Amino acid sequence: MKRAARAGLWVVFGLFFLFPLYAMADFSTRNLIAGGRTWQAWANLVTDHALYQAIVISLLLAVFTVVAMLVILVPTMIWVRLRAPWAMGVVEFLCLLPLTIPALVIVVGLRNVYLWVTYFLGESALTLTFVYVVLVLPFAYRALDAALSSIDLQTLTEAARSLGAGWTTTILRIVVPNIWSGILSAAFISIAVVLGEYTIASLSGYDTLQVQIVAIGKTDGPTSVAASLAVLLFGFALLLALSLVTRGRRRVQGVTA
Amino acid sequence: MPGGTLRRKKLTEAVPQALPLVPFLAVVTVFLVIPTVTVIVNAFVVDGAFSLRRVGGLFSSTALGALGSSVMLSASTAVIGAVLGAVLAWLIASSPATSMVRRAVISLCSVLAQFGGVALAFAFLATIGINGVLTVWAQQAFGWNLSGSGWLYSLTGLVLVYTYFQIPLMVIVFLPALEGLRTQWREAAVSLGASRWQYFREVAVPLLTPAFLGSALLLFANAFAAYATAAALVSQGSPIVPLLIRSALTSEVILGQSGFAYALALEMIVVVALVMVAYNVLVRRTARWLR
Repeated sequence: MKRAARAGLWVVFGLFFLFPLYAMADFSTRNLIAGGRTWQAWANLVTDHALYQAIVISLLLAVFTVVAMLVILVPTMIWVRLRAPWAMGVVEFLCLLPLTIPALVIVVGLRNVYLWVTYFLGESALTLTFVYVVLVLPFAYRALDAALSSIDLQTLTEAARSLGAGWTTTILRIVVPNIWSGILSAAFISIAVVLGEYTIASLSGYDTLQVQIVAIGKTDGPTSVAASLAVLLFGFALLLALSLVTRGRRRVQGVTA
Repeated sequence: MPGGTLRRKKLTEAVPQALPLVPFLAVVTVFLVIPTVTVIVNAFVVDGAFSLRRVGGLFSSTALGALGSSVMLSASTAVIGAVLGAVLAWLIASSPATSMVRRAVISLCSVLAQFGGVALAFAFLATIGINGVLTVWAQQAFGWNLSGSGWLYSLTGLVLVYTYFQIPLMVIVFLPALEGLRTQWREAAVSLGASRWQYFREVAVPLLTPAFLGSALLLFANAFAAYATAAALVSQGSPIVPLLIRSALTSEVILGQSGFAYALALEMIVVVALVMVAYNVLVRRTARWLR
């Protein structure tokens, strides 16, 4: 009886969550005119010029955001732990602040800042990198913080420095290899956030993947659905790979909200 | 040692200590703090002078209506998401910790909860939109019209679509608390003669209540601030606060006021911040026994 109830609940939840995903696959391969199946909508991901461009831009943004996030956050967090523990509270507070300040609020207040950014760097969608670094801070911070807490940072760096390594060598060749799992989860989660981001890109008027998906949806539903499903599956694959990589650790800190 | 030299010595130490923090602080200041301060200041300052005109606009019937709908939407999806999400979390917690199914379910939950956005709107368009898969089936099999009167694009539709990311978010934030319940506590209760129901009612529920309420608050804030799903689904009209911000930003002439978006954004900061403060209080209570 109890087992039956449990199995029943699994089925209900399974249907609720998996049916829409199945429907996306079905909808995006349906041939509305001739009946039967067609892969046209999926082919559009590559052949539709605007959509393909948007995919490239979003992927570039994901790469830039990950690199910028790591370059800014990893040395800061190491430094705070070693030499400036008084700043720990501030850094943590600032990193978690984007959870309380919605992206929508940031974009409303961003206009003046972006006048300067576009003045210096030009009108490119890639300037979104800076805001995206801020958006991924809470997720990245948690992942890196968990990894840094699990190693003896003080001893490692003192050993490296006493053997004559400079700060760059110490960070790149001693600390980074030891917090590799944290860096990987920070990077994966950041990629997923950037590929799924719509609010800031659309209201700043840049054509990223999600903005294109919505724009195309007004005329060509199946292509938008195909692109949406592709993003969801890609994100799912990333996070599943992450949970397999960090196998053995009981709780993957970075994935919890 | 005189106070002056001591202070100077501290300063000469503090500056090199703080220097490596500059890039981080610069990015956060420019792209997070300044935008937030801009919103707060501009909500009260019009053309360089203090004014309550923009904030006053929040009490117009349009803005109050949107706030009411937003609160309704967030509260109902928070309650539905918290209850159903807790049940799903319990199902997951009682499955083997390293099973592939469990990893897959948790990964799927993370994707839907945090990165879905636009994709979730299209998932439901493909399911119960005008040409949706379920709509077509129901039409052929029973002659029902599931997409009738376009309810998917109204507040009711948003409630349905929002639960699709609220339940997974609940799983992700509530699962650690559920896993933190130690088997020893249950064994202790049972060895003292408690029944399953007594253990549940007198040990598990009191321990989990702060975590449950805290998670529900987080869900509320999450729904209140969510924009992408609603924006992709509802292309016209502004039934909720985030969409009202969109029309204020894109038209700049709503209610005859430019800059109204600042006041609406301030409203959003206030609501979300209040909820998050309450959330943090509850989380701290949970943290007492979780670790």
